[in-house]
Amino acid sequence: MPEKTTRRTALKTGLAATIATLFLRPKAGESHQLKKYPKSMGVLVDLGRCVGCRSCEAACNAEQNLPPPERPFTDLDVFAENEHGQQRRTDENRYTVVNRYELAGQEHPLFRKVQCNHCQEPACLSSCFVNAYTKTPEGAVIYDPDVCVGCRTCMIACPFYIPAFRYSSAFSPRIQKCVFCYDTRLKFGKPPACVEACPQEALLFGQREELIKIGRRRIEENSGKYVDHIYGEYEAGGTSWLYLSPVPFDQVGFNTELPHEPILDSVKNFLGIVPMVLTIWPALFAGFHLLATRKEQPRTTSEQGEEESR
Amino acid sequence: MKTLTGVIDHLPISGSNKTDGTSWTVKERLLLGLTVDQYLQQMRRNPLNWLLFAIFAVGLPLLLQRYIFGLGSVTHASNDYPWGLFLGFGLFGMVPLSASGFLLGTTVTLFGRKDFHPIERLALLNGLLGYFFAVVYLAVDLGMPWRLAYPMFVSLGPAAVLFLVAWHVATYLSVQIAELLPALFEWLARPAWKIYIKRITLGLTIAGIILSTLHQGALGALFNYAPNKLHPLWLSIEFQWIHFLCSAVFGGLSMVIVSSTLISTFIPWRCGRDFSENLDKLTLGMAKGASYAMITYLVIKLVALAHDNEWELLLTGWGMYYLLEIGIGVVLPMFLFAKGVRDEAVRPVRIAAFIAVVGIVWNRLNTAIVCFNYQMYQEVPHWKELWLTVTLYALYFVVYRFIVYRLPIVFEWQKSPVRQ
Repeated sequence: MPEKTTRRTALKTGLAATIATLFLRPKAGESHQLKKYPKSMGVLVDLGRCVGCRSCEAACNAEQNLPPPERPFTDLDVFAENEHGQQRRTDENRYTVVNRYELAGQEHPLFRKVQCNHCQEPACLSSCFVNAYTKTPEGAVIYDPDVCVGCRTCMIACPFYIPAFRYSSAFSPRIQKCVFCYDTRLKFGKPPACVEACPQEALLFGQREELIKIGRRRIEENSGKYVDHIYGEYEAGGTSWLYLSPVPFDQVGFNTELPHEPILDSVKNFLGIVPMVLTIWPALFAGFHLLATRKEQPRTTSEQGEEESR
Repeated sequence: MKTLTGVIDHLPISGSNKTDGTSWTVKERLLLGLTVDQYLQQMRRNPLNWLLFAIFAVGLPLLLQRYIFGLGSVTHASNDYPWGLFLGFGLFGMVPLSASGFLLGTTVTLFGRKDFHPIERLALLNGLLGYFFAVVYLAVDLGMPWRLAYPMFVSLGPAAVLFLVAWHVATYLSVQIAELLPALFEWLARPAWKIYIKRITLGLTIAGIILSTLHQGALGALFNYAPNKLHPLWLSIEFQWIHFLCSAVFGGLSMVIVSSTLISTFIPWRCGRDFSENLDKLTLGMAKGASYAMITYLVIKLVALAHDNEWELLLTGWGMYYLLEIGIGVVLPMFLFAKGVRDEAVRPVRIAAFIAVVGIVWNRLNTAIVCFNYQMYQEVPHWKELWLTVTLYALYFVVYRFIVYRLPIVFEWQKSPVRQ
């Protein structure tokens, strides 16, 4: 009886596992093929030019049909708002916010606009297990609420803390985030609403590669006025939205410790072991089984707990 | 129930037939051979049931609130901490404690250690229920729980770590159900059906190992998505999945020790002879396995520290907290396990198992909540979130007890009438 069950079932198991492996294989494979679209659009944000008028916030709210804010967009006291010691962030009712930074040595405060940076290799996209996110050739990272399960892994993964969840709804919750005005504007080659609304030309819409050149030129031509770095050129694999700042970026709320590699890179090594486990384990453990139960002779009764410690 | 089994002759039900040879009806089996009155009476007599009742009395309305008014009505609706207690405890804490099924299944079926057989079914049940309730917690936490099957059939994102978790937990749940079906078949007096499961047991076991390796690891790898948010001492990009897998080994074994201890202490009437007589020996056997897993875990933790060169972080406040977690959650129970095994004393082993279970949950909560966003602020869960978490755990407890009372988990099903 042991002869029959062990060898036959072992063979069957091996075969079944091989077939399973063939089917399950693509799992780890696709992660590397996120394309970098050469014609991707972007926005260059010049912190030196922003005056904190919040026109962009108002324009975004109108364009995206978001609920009216608690305090009007003309109210500049919102800059003092503070929750858990944090300045304002994007949430289910606002896709973009402007925050104020009073810095010593600066005659006037600096303002920083926060919205989705539309990464080249978005972490939200690569962490999503239902493919709710898409990086369009125009550069936008858009979201499909019809397949989203609401696991909120994208919020864990986003290094910029952008996606927000509509916690207030039990029946139609969804992720809320800036989509670069993709459906209403970007698709037709138009700049997003916030850019169009900016009275200071602090936001410049254009091809990402062009914007990087423009940014470099601005840094060179106004020597000393800007920090010699375009934030977003490399951060987290590069983003479509780029920033110029007169002060070091960490003083205006940017995370300067972000790796230059996309977030995806830190999970690649785990995804790499998946096919190995799927292919090697069945044979390995079937082999262990055959070795351990080959002779049904009485084994020594001494305690052997090693099995579990594997 | 304990007193009733002493008074009434034919209790507890441990076979298909009554003493007079006729078979128990399903209703009688469900009521444990008691009349409805007797059943309600013994329920009321148990003070634990009143505690459970109190938990449900508040918890079930909260559950309703969550499904009518949304997650935001029972949690802080934090966008900075998207994962709270439901996942931090319910998914990340329950799953490693449920590794018991695959561990004991491997020991008995794959390595042919038949001497562990008396505890195998308890380990399988512990695994199955743990996974099942991890999914229940998930269904409470997911924004759109009605789309639970989307990653399988509607919209597939195969390059995501969570995709792996979803598929493997779902598959593994079915594997565990299949592994436990024999107990149900015996209870239903259909032992002949067992043959179908028996034929594929080895396949199921190997599938269990593969799936467990990958999804236990994948739960750890999920945090690789947040390399700049989670404190570096709790996140090692290279070793995270091994840490989670390895700690699940002693977590699962410890949980079986805890569970079997509770069962043998509080419901001795249900324990079969095979189970009771072998329990001490098996507990020591599992303790031995667990302590090996713990030393392995400590070594890998050390390797991760060295690999990421994080020694100086140990001197910070976070470092102290990290050492505290390792010291209480792993090193202390490891020594207690070793001492118990050496002295052949079960008591320290059982204490150690309890500490280790708490330690694992502590580690997972640290990873998911406490040390997450360590540069921002500390999220303290809403009391309703905490209460709901406890409610679901109470539900888990009730289901666990319901099954152990009835199915042949810790006793052998008698085919012919036997009096104890």
